[in-house]
Amino acid sequence: MEILSKIHTKNLVEWAKDKEEVYVLSADLTSSCEADLFRETYPERFLSMGIAEQNMLSFAGGMAREGLIPLIHTFAVFIYRRAYDQIAMSIAYPNLPVKMFGFLPGITTPGGATHQAIEDISVMRSLPNMTILECGDATDVESVLDVAYAINGPVYIRILRGEIPRLFDKNEPMQFNKPRLLSEGSDVVIFSTGICTEEAMRAITEIKKHGISVCHYHISTLKPFNAKAVIEDIKKSKYGVITIENHSTIGGLGTIISEAVAEYGVPKKVVKIGLQDTFAHGGSRPYLMKVYKIDAMKLIEEVEILTGKMLGIKETDLADVHITPVHSLSKAEAL
Amino acid sequence: MRNTNLLEYIKTTADGIRKRVLQHVIDNRGGYLSQACSSAEIFASLYLQIMNIGKVSNPIIPGVFGGVPSQNNPNKSGNLFNGEKNSSTDRFILSPAQYALVLYAALVEVGRMHPDGMLDFNKDGSTVEMIGAEHSPGMEVMTGSLGQGLSQAAGIAMARKLKKETGNVWVFMSDGEWQSGQNWEAIQAASYHKLNNLKIIIDANGCQCDGPVTSVMKMDPFEKRLNAFGAKVFLVDGNDINAILNAASFESEDQPLVIIANTKPFQGLDILKKRAPKFHYVRFVSEEERENYIKALEIFS
Repeated sequence: MEILSKIHTKNLVEWAKDKEEVYVLSADLTSSCEADLFRETYPERFLSMGIAEQNMLSFAGGMAREGLIPLIHTFAVFIYRRAYDQIAMSIAYPNLPVKMFGFLPGITTPGGATHQAIEDISVMRSLPNMTILECGDATDVESVLDVAYAINGPVYIRILRGEIPRLFDKNEPMQFNKPRLLSEGSDVVIFSTGICTEEAMRAITEIKKHGISVCHYHISTLKPFNAKAVIEDIKKSKYGVITIENHSTIGGLGTIISEAVAEYGVPKKVVKIGLQDTFAHGGSRPYLMKVYKIDAMKLIEEVEILTGKMLGIKETDLADVHITPVHSLSKAEAL
Repeated sequence: MRNTNLLEYIKTTADGIRKRVLQHVIDNRGGYLSQACSSAEIFASLYLQIMNIGKVSNPIIPGVFGGVPSQNNPNKSGNLFNGEKNSSTDRFILSPAQYALVLYAALVEVGRMHPDGMLDFNKDGSTVEMIGAEHSPGMEVMTGSLGQGLSQAAGIAMARKLKKETGNVWVFMSDGEWQSGQNWEAIQAASYHKLNNLKIIIDANGCQCDGPVTSVMKMDPFEKRLNAFGAKVFLVDGNDINAILNAASFESEDQPLVIIANTKPFQGLDILKKRAPKFHYVRFVSEEERENYIKALEIFS
């Protein structure tokens, strides 16, 4: 598996090169949010707003009203928790094109409860006019700017920083509202988003060796959600659905899938892996994923329970799993 | 010396705003009356002299509410009442949307809104809402949640500066809303980014919902605080038109302008004094009280 570093840093500069209406707004976390090279390259298009997020979000709304495209860069918690009313009234109500890049989604930080955005999808999803995107790998991070830019309205993005694996082919960018089909199968349907897709891919590689047929989708557009594209796979699944997300199981991917299943009247069980209505605390990502049970082993355990088949996969088996970038299998629904 | 005709015109208009709001409050048995009394000279001065805004050839009849904005329903701004926008015209932002009634009355008095528009006030399906929104006459952003108006205005001022536009952004504010921290974040940012095109006029009438501002949360020394945050501050008698116009004409090289206009919540309407110290919203306690207010209307004729 290829691991890339600081993708957004370089990509943002290249992408914004000929987009003169694009501005980056930062609240004292410029290099932490990989906007430092942008600041150096286009100082006239970089606005330092200080540690004052409520003003920053309303201010961005004002700029967007005048035809500029503000890209907010800070930690996710300081966007949706600190400035919720500002997002709702200064940005979402008037449907303004402010693009909010929320770093450190879920438990991707040792920063503890204050820095871990665990209910952001839930909160932002209930805002009218809001679009929500989430990145799961390097290809997603490289292409999310184009997807967000093309949307006529506000976009909240759960983005990744630092070292990021490439799970999807570089030439198959993120596409708006298109679930990425990674594996076809009919026993269980697994939906994953964000960093959980890598976990799911490791687990599923092993699970399939044990004769379980798995359908796997990576979801990068959480709102709106394209239920139509996946509901047939859910219908034909023998055992049901498992969701795995780096977020509370209330209001995120698990809820989104549950709503779709209920709305389409599909009588299938939905198992939700994620933070089980709990805050987390400071610690390394592998430690937190293990303790809060949102990793590959938890997914295997839930597949075993759902199918009633003990697979006997050990953690050491997963260590050897080699993931190469996969071509998406999504095809027919576009034609 | 200013043209005495202009000052007289502004004064007559200010009285017209008071009278129109008083009539409305009598007809509707309640409303935001003290706000009109304190701020009438400010609104009249802004619309007749201070702001450089496009003309409106005929008084506009407010439209019905066209639905909330979305990808398929573009914003319908209330700023069409402030004339055609271009790079050199000023913008107007009403920060305390609770003053909407006063703004509507001002728009009628200066010939930008049809008088019948007042009849739509707080009526179902109308844009002439009680707490004005971006689609309401004279408004263009969402400001009912106090603290957000100044930040949005600063964002607009920033964008206009970046686009080399020469027009100013005028923000009408109240004093009580400065208890909200977001305003201090905003003035700090406006100062740091040298937004000299951001001009704020505060109706410092000393009143808020719970009573006198001093009884709700101390803000003194208000002027010094604003100064310390980097604004160019003028303290004026806010019911003195000449004083307002003088302060408003100041051009700073690199600072946002703040005019603290000290006003009286019962200015021009003595009967209101009886309600001290609570002025925020007038609701008649008896028919007799209402009769007394009807009599008060006569002083304006």
